[in-house]
Amino acid sequence: MEKGLLEIRIHGRGGQGAKTASQFIAESALGEGKHIQSFPEYGPERAGAPMKAYARISDKAISNYAPVISPDVVMVIDPTLMVSIDVTEGMSDKGILIVNTPKSADDIRKELKNYKGKLYTVDATKISIDTVGKNLPNTPMLGAFVKLTNAIPLDAVKKSCKDKFLKKLGEEKTNATINGIDMAYEAVK
Amino acid sequence: MSRLKSAKEIPIGGLIDEAGSSRKFKTGDWRSFRPLIEESKCINCMMCDVFCPEHCISVKEDGKRGEIDLDYCKGCGICANVCPVKCIKMEEEAKFIK
Amino acid sequence: MYKDGRGGKVHKMSKTTAMTGAESAAEAMRQINPDVVAAYPITPQTAIAQNFANYVANGIVDTELVRVESEHSAMSCCVGASAAGARVMTATSSAGLALMWEIVGVAAGLRLPIVMEVVNRALSAPINIHCDHSDSMGTRDLGWIQIFSENAQEVYEHTLIAVRLAEKLLIPAMVCQDGFITSHGVENVEIFDDEGVKKFVGEHKYPYGLLDIKKPVTHGPLQLQDYYFETRSQQIPVMEEAKKEFVKIGEELGKITKKKYPLFDEYEMKDAEAVIVVMNSTAGTTKTAIDAMRKEGKKVGLLKLRLFRPFPYKEVSDALKHVKKIAVLDRSVSFGANPPLYSEVKNGLYDVKYTGKLHSCVFGLGGRNIFVEDIIGVFNRLLDGKLKDHDYIGLREE
Repeated sequence: MEKGLLEIRIHGRGGQGAKTASQFIAESALGEGKHIQSFPEYGPERAGAPMKAYARISDKAISNYAPVISPDVVMVIDPTLMVSIDVTEGMSDKGILIVNTPKSADDIRKELKNYKGKLYTVDATKISIDTVGKNLPNTPMLGAFVKLTNAIPLDAVKKSCKDKFLKKLGEEKTNATINGIDMAYEAVK
Repeated sequence: MSRLKSAKEIPIGGLIDEAGSSRKFKTGDWRSFRPLIEESKCINCMMCDVFCPEHCISVKEDGKRGEIDLDYCKGCGICANVCPVKCIKMEEEAKFIK
Repeated sequence: MYKDGRGGKVHKMSKTTAMTGAESAAEAMRQINPDVVAAYPITPQTAIAQNFANYVANGIVDTELVRVESEHSAMSCCVGASAAGARVMTATSSAGLALMWEIVGVAAGLRLPIVMEVVNRALSAPINIHCDHSDSMGTRDLGWIQIFSENAQEVYEHTLIAVRLAEKLLIPAMVCQDGFITSHGVENVEIFDDEGVKKFVGEHKYPYGLLDIKKPVTHGPLQLQDYYFETRSQQIPVMEEAKKEFVKIGEELGKITKKKYPLFDEYEMKDAEAVIVVMNSTAGTTKTAIDAMRKEGKKVGLLKLRLFRPFPYKEVSDALKHVKKIAVLDRSVSFGANPPLYSEVKNGLYDVKYTGKLHSCVFGLGGRNIFVEDIIGVFNRLLDGKLKDHDYIGLREE
């Protein structure tokens, strides 16, 4: 990892909000005075099709416009993807892998081959159903991301969330979403 | 024929920057037949002017037909064709050359 | 005071937000507040027209937005409105620009200062929605100014320059950005305050407006063997002026942005033994590669063109003539001929009797990714003398 640069890759399926999650991370970091990038890997966009989104956070201006190939952090929004995709591709031993699953980190590690980096799990799906009543695991995953990376303050993410959702979803649902972020922050291990 | 202008002398984009410049383009020398009007037969209906592609038949202040402007008349013969009383005859232009 | 088109927040001087290239183009259009915009949706341009349509619908701009039935109609509408004296903008990509082609030439021939955002996307077939430069390159000889942009920030600033440049010289201008990579990638964009920008852009005073009844004009008459040649020839010297004006107007914008807008950027060129010439987002990726290689003591540099039309032959050749090894990276091809950017660079180097080694590399067609590692590979092969005269990056040749 280049000093002062954090590269993030998010695995999800079309419609699960991987792109939105990468944008939240980037926008929250921008609010902290960082240079940011956020972009999805575009393709034939179909709900349910595997897709990736990327984010970069840096102290300096970012000029690399290529997709992230050696991520520092990888988030897996949908664990079923791990059957067909090597989500650890390009990660070093210092990498941080965060998986949305009810399983423990030890269980997931057994399913992965040759991954020696850090591994954490959080049941973001359950949290989202408990809080907003729908399977929208992307926002709770942000809580886990903040806790494990310290890349941005929790309040910054919550503020981005509020800015984005308050008008669109109303106060009740926005608060529920933010509550989910808090819960995942506490629950991830 | 007047001298053609250079690239520096003409407006940009091929645009024509004055109104009514088509007056400068005299089409009368295209003519090989000349319309002649038999004044006594003419009923001043002005059909000839309505159909004239050059609009070269004038209308007088009293609303009656005036002269044909031979600077612009191409000799197409449409006026002779549409005249309801057939008072316009197309005569060979060669006859008028002195 | 700054009134943001998105959040309605009031700021002073400038504001840095997270924006895509499409959003920054629409943001420039908001500040320019054109009289007429006519556009037809096409991926990935749609995001520009969509964002701008929001501004129109919300009354943030007073533009007449014309929703046409094709790009051919979009440009036709722009031509009519521009000839009437309006400040006119549009946006397109790929097949849209191809369908527009006939009228793109008309706009230039009639000397109408239309500004068009082009979000670069590959041409069919095979059908593909991703980035390459074959769409813009297909229109390179039609008489438009073409400005290429590395990132969303440059898209914003180049758009402001393009309006001034087009209206000053009465030449249409396109501002190009990489499809998806720039148009849909979110990054830091600094938007300068409305008042300053509006003052910079100024009022469009078109001298031959169709609606000026005191000065009647005819646009687009027939010109045959007698005058066509003269009229067309007028487009040649004025393009030369565009180079000087681009720099001059850029200096004026620089007073607001505190930045420089040269014809091309030179990055680590001073002592460089090997240089890559490239346009748009890949220039950014090349900078990252150079930073990494410089740390290892390798003397590598970049020449990034902003202005492709008019092409600054002399200036580029002067900057490159002492470089021993050059690779020109084209994101398009010219079948049966040299790739466009390589071709121009080579043309210019003839005049300075260049004796170094010049290579052509075609990359990224149809959005094929180009990584920092690829660029480092090109530099290393260039330095080791292993790069072919005509090479490819990221192509499975065998």
